[in-house]
Amino acid sequence: MHNKSRNFFKRRKSCPFSGSDAPKIDYKDIRLLQKFLSERGKIVPSRITAVSAKKQRELSTAVKRARFLGLLPYVVD
Amino acid sequence: MALYEHIFIVRQDTPHQRVEELTKEFSEIISKNGGEVKKTEFWGLRSLAYKIKKNKKGHYILMNIDAPSSALKEMENSMLLNEDVIRSLSIKVNKHEEGPSIMMKSKDDKEVKINLSNNSDGDYSNQYSNNLNNMDI
Repeated sequence: MHNKSRNFFKRRKSCPFSGSDAPKIDYKDIRLLQKFLSERGKIVPSRITAVSAKKQRELSTAVKRARFLGLLPYVVD
Repeated sequence: MALYEHIFIVRQDTPHQRVEELTKEFSEIISKNGGEVKKTEFWGLRSLAYKIKKNKKGHYILMNIDAPSSALKEMENSMLLNEDVIRSLSIKVNKHEEGPSIMMKSKDDKEVKINLSNNSDGDYSNQYSNNLNNMDI
């Protein structure tokens, strides 16, 4: 790669749920899920967290299950 | 037969004894209809993230179930009719996770769990205190 172009490209982060020792997405694991929520309790978009599309879908169902069970809030205010 | 994870929440002002009774009742429904409850976990009295039917706290119980869908349906129905149960959710899984779930491993709510553990008889509370020992407080 040329030096010039390298300066203009940011390194693409890899998905936090891929790889051998990646954490499993589980609706019971509130601590893990909370990392992917904003301060308001919203799910952070994958373009910011670099979660892959497949895992983002998994993540969103996990968050929604946790919300239904009162483990996570729907809104924080 | 299919594998299910079932979580239900019992009202905050029910005594621990009653929570155990309820769990036994629901497990019986499963076993009568040809299913099996593989594991029961008491998460203790946890505070809810938002109010559910005017409750701020609730007793969480997790059951790993191997049962036909008709048995599960039967249990879900009786949970809906039961006024002490404020919420329940069953999820079909491909595989039950082995060992205590992540909720039992995490330490952040341990003071609430200890409050509940000073209970005497019943095999459920035995299992409960075993889980407490695993947490290395």
